[in-house]
Amino acid sequence: MISVKLFGIAKDIVGTSTLKIAYQISTVDDLLVYLKSEYPEFVKLTSLLVAVNDEYALAETAISDADEVAIIPPVSGG
Amino acid sequence: MSLLVHITNLPIDTEKVINLVKTDSSGAVNVFIGTVRNSTKNKEVVGLEFESYESMAVKEIDKIITEAKNRWPINEMAIYHRTGMLDIGDVPVVIAVSTPHRQQGFEACQFAIDTLKETVPIWKKEIFADGEEWVSAHP
Repeated sequence: MISVKLFGIAKDIVGTSTLKIAYQISTVDDLLVYLKSEYPEFVKLTSLLVAVNDEYALAETAISDADEVAIIPPVSGG
Repeated sequence: MSLLVHITNLPIDTEKVINLVKTDSSGAVNVFIGTVRNSTKNKEVVGLEFESYESMAVKEIDKIITEAKNRWPINEMAIYHRTGMLDIGDVPVVIAVSTPHRQQGFEACQFAIDTLKETVPIWKKEIFADGEEWVSAHP
């Protein structure tokens, strides 16, 4: 089971700051497909990225239970 | 966390950030101070709320400083970003950079704030009298 950190509008869409997913997730792409299917509001965002262990990750990046995974909706600092 | 990069929910001491980058070999300190504006797209804003993914935000800011130092002869660069609820006129971000000559500082400072807005995992929500909205979330 992977645990996913949520921030900004992603936290509002899911309704929690940490989401545990029992569904089989092996890659960043698996996670994005799962989220967009479970929470269609994600499809409407300008962009949706995933960070694995504090680094932006590619779609094919593998995810395991030991990784720190975070959903990065469009950033707007400054 | 290095002293030169900081994410904080307390007010940023601009003078302190400037003093962090002053060196004897610098001919200029260039400073960018972001401030909370009272309107967006002709709509009144009453405040902004900032949230960060702190551990990653610090790393991404470190990358900006490293890249800026690759591009310009920077003596020091410091970047402080605020989180939490901010009122109109409050300061969410301060960037200070010291360089031998002023032109390098202007360019490096602009690069830093432009890149921060694109890559650093910090989010702001605009608070209106009648609602709120995460900035840039939707096209």
